[in-house]
Amino acid sequence: MPARPDASRHRLGDWRRHLLRVRVALDRLLFRIGPPEPAPIVLGQRRIYVLPTPAGLAFAAALLVMLIASINYNLSLGYALVFLLGGVAVASIVHAFRNLLHLSFAPGRAEPVFAGERAGFHIIVGNRRHARRPSLRLGARGAEVPFEIDAEDRADVNIPVATTARGWMTLGRVRIETTYPLGLIRAWSVLVPDQRCLVYPTPEPNPPPLPEGPSSTPGRRAGSAGDDDFAGLRRHQPADSPRQVAWKTLARGGPMLTKQFTGMDGGKIHLDWNDLPADLGAEARLSRMTAWIVAAEQRGLAFSLTLPAASIAPGQGSEHIANCLRHLALFGTDGAANA
Amino acid sequence: MPEMRAPTSAQLGWLLAAVTATLAPHAVELPYWLIALCTSLIAIRAALLWRRGKPPRQLLILLVAIAAGIGVRLEFGHFFGKDPGVALLAVLLCLKLLESHTTRDLRAAVLLAYFLQLGLFFYNQTPGIAALALAGALLTTTTLLSLEDAAARPAAQLRTSTLLLAQGLPFMLVLFVLFPRVQGPLWGLPSDAYSGMTGLSDTMTPGSISQLGLSDAIAFRAEFNGPPPPPPQRYWRGPVLSRYDGRTWRPGFSTIAAAPGYAPSGRAYEYRLTLEPHNQPWLLALDFPAANVPKARYAGDYRLLAEQPLRTRTRVELRSYPATTVGKDESAFVLAEARRLPADVNPRGRALALEIAAKSANPAAILAGTLERMRGMGLTYTLNPPLLGTHAVDEFLFDTRQGFCEHFASAFVFLMRAAGLPARVVTGYQGGEINPVDGSLVVRQSDAHAWAEVWLAGRGWVRVDPTALSAPARIESGLSAALQEWDALPLLRRPGLDWLRDMRHRWEALSNTWNQWVLGYNSDRQRDLLERIGFRQPDWRMLAMLLGVSATTLMLLLMAWAFAQRRRRDPLDAAWARFSRKLARHGAGRHPWEGPLDYGKRLAMTFPGRAAPLRAISERYASLRYGAQPADPRSVRLLARSIRRLKLK
Repeated sequence: MPARPDASRHRLGDWRRHLLRVRVALDRLLFRIGPPEPAPIVLGQRRIYVLPTPAGLAFAAALLVMLIASINYNLSLGYALVFLLGGVAVASIVHAFRNLLHLSFAPGRAEPVFAGERAGFHIIVGNRRHARRPSLRLGARGAEVPFEIDAEDRADVNIPVATTARGWMTLGRVRIETTYPLGLIRAWSVLVPDQRCLVYPTPEPNPPPLPEGPSSTPGRRAGSAGDDDFAGLRRHQPADSPRQVAWKTLARGGPMLTKQFTGMDGGKIHLDWNDLPADLGAEARLSRMTAWIVAAEQRGLAFSLTLPAASIAPGQGSEHIANCLRHLALFGTDGAANA
Repeated sequence: MPEMRAPTSAQLGWLLAAVTATLAPHAVELPYWLIALCTSLIAIRAALLWRRGKPPRQLLILLVAIAAGIGVRLEFGHFFGKDPGVALLAVLLCLKLLESHTTRDLRAAVLLAYFLQLGLFFYNQTPGIAALALAGALLTTTTLLSLEDAAARPAAQLRTSTLLLAQGLPFMLVLFVLFPRVQGPLWGLPSDAYSGMTGLSDTMTPGSISQLGLSDAIAFRAEFNGPPPPPPQRYWRGPVLSRYDGRTWRPGFSTIAAAPGYAPSGRAYEYRLTLEPHNQPWLLALDFPAANVPKARYAGDYRLLAEQPLRTRTRVELRSYPATTVGKDESAFVLAEARRLPADVNPRGRALALEIAAKSANPAAILAGTLERMRGMGLTYTLNPPLLGTHAVDEFLFDTRQGFCEHFASAFVFLMRAAGLPARVVTGYQGGEINPVDGSLVVRQSDAHAWAEVWLAGRGWVRVDPTALSAPARIESGLSAALQEWDALPLLRRPGLDWLRDMRHRWEALSNTWNQWVLGYNSDRQRDLLERIGFRQPDWRMLAMLLGVSATTLMLLLMAWAFAQRRRRDPLDAAWARFSRKLARHGAGRHPWEGPLDYGKRLAMTFPGRAAPLRAISERYASLRYGAQPADPRSVRLLARSIRRLKLK
């Protein structure tokens, strides 16, 4: 994060930090939320909250008017109807509460994404009860996903969260809520699943062509256009990118093969932090290198990566690419150490 | 909020059903053009739903709304009060159906529908209407549910809303019994609030009572402790009419006191009156009620009056002494009023009275002589008397000779006054019918009656019923016995319909219970009930406490239901779960991702001594669970038994 030189903005930041601290304290007080909780999180009765919705308040106002009419006109059955509907509303509180009770939450997949894309945080919601759980909503960071779970089933809920900055992104507070059964009452709970998603730097939109420095192997065929030429098939190895699997062959019942292109065996590319123009900032460098890695992956080229603090040997395939992108994503952050 | 979503056709279908069920019972009291309008609006909505058409423009809906508003104004003359209110709500609800673009519109329509279910009770509070309103409320609640749980099947939605209503029912009962009842209107009601209440009026013109004679509606019920008085003594006193202008009888001057102006004597009858509301203060007690009736006052003409007009069904505990002598020392003012006659009406009647008076030695002889003459005139008792002109008494006595009780009473009092005796008309009810099912005496509007009272020195006011002269059966056994065959009798008064009457008796006994305990439940009855349960002198604090305790109890029960995990599981799964639980106690629970065969292998390695049965069980489970044939119950039972008997040590 760039430092804030402006004093007033600094003060504003202070304010925000104070507010954040208050909010965290409030959360801890009201929702008993602290650090991420170990999975699975099971909703007990003490962390489910219920409040009327606007529709519920309108319903209550209507009941009040009906009660006054019953008193005024001495309608005994009017009392009965009002009390019955009131009882239904009370029962709907318990239904809403029950719809969340004993739901279990466990973090699922969270595939890395490039900054600017939506990160898909998957949460596995389990229902132990022998009854359907309709009309649930799971929300986090401004996104909200409606879903429902069948009796004794699980649902894999994908919360699409907008990303802005590279690095580890934690999911943070997740809100599970329902207005089942009548929309009069909202029951909700807040939880913090221990889940994070790796966000790669944004690839530069129009990067310069891949660098062909002196370190490139001379045996490479001239002209980068020919790099995409199909050269044949070989046995699949676990490290090969799924983009190069000959799916058609596999679909016909054949063995799992990897397509090879002429460029693949050709030149090795070195992506070096230090070779980039000196006037380029750190984030811009990361962004360009990301774009190059994407380009190299698309063309099936092998490459090596050199960063100020790390150096990755030449390689290719999805694991290699993931490793390189991970280093770029975590460049300069604490997370680089445990990456 | 997902409030702006467009409603699905299933949700609209529920709303349509709810609106139809809610409005259908309203057809009884709504004006015809409004019924036609609502029906066509509902039909248009249904057709649009069926053909997936677009709802009409909002401008058109607005125009229809304005037109309907004007129509309501023309029909009722005003916008305030229950009748125009219900009519407007009905139109609004139907228009809201057409304007249901979002789920929020549906929610608004749902609230309107609840209002109209309440509106049903303005007109009718019978068990049947209650059932119809309940059906409407169920469908309306299902509409709300379908907005939240659109994915469920309609039958499941209906089941859930029935469950909700069933869970709301105990709350309803508790609140109904314990909610503090406030009596009477909170503010002045629109004038139409009590329209439709039938009963005696406080004036009498020829024909005013015979109108009531056609009505089968119940006026009041009396439950006697012990045998009821014989029919000739069943005179239930209503308005006493002393002022006469030649045509209309009006109430005269009367004092009102906290205690009766007579000393009750003779045989006493104890009874409880349950009066239907008639919007007048009189309590229609049997002659003559004893002192100390709570919240009642005693009029100088022996009526018993309530403090307020009876606008709800009212219960009074009374004791009456029919044989009491009253009015021995009546005030001169009242007696003078009871002698006054307009000068220029009924010359023939006046001449007849003077002739009788001249022949008689004393007032008692005048009375006897007048009765004798009237008996000899061949007067006929009928529900459909001919219309009478200016000299109504003359025409009745000498020309048409057909009349109902008001004609008899009116003519007799006229003759008495013309002969110089103080006399007045008393209206009320006479007779009543014992319901053999619950033994209560039912008095209907058709039992409305008018009779006379003559004041004799030394004897006070003496009741004389001139109707008995030509129709003694009217007094002895009721209206149907007294009337000619061709008279239009209320259906249930016709002889030969005994089975119908029997059914009617049963139904009325049932609805009496309903009236007493459901409709007539008020603060008095609330206190009675609580005292009967054993709470001494319940006040609002005790009510609040009881209410709190019961509501909390019900809430806890509901919470217990919420926590209950019903696991009606497949027996095979249950046996397998038992197996892994059993092994989990020995530190070898099944991992969630582990298949039965892998698990069996791992168990065999963990417990080498029991390898064979453990593998056998897991293989058996795998073959039953994943085999081509569905598992037959017998093998499942065998597997469950072997799992139960499995010992690891």
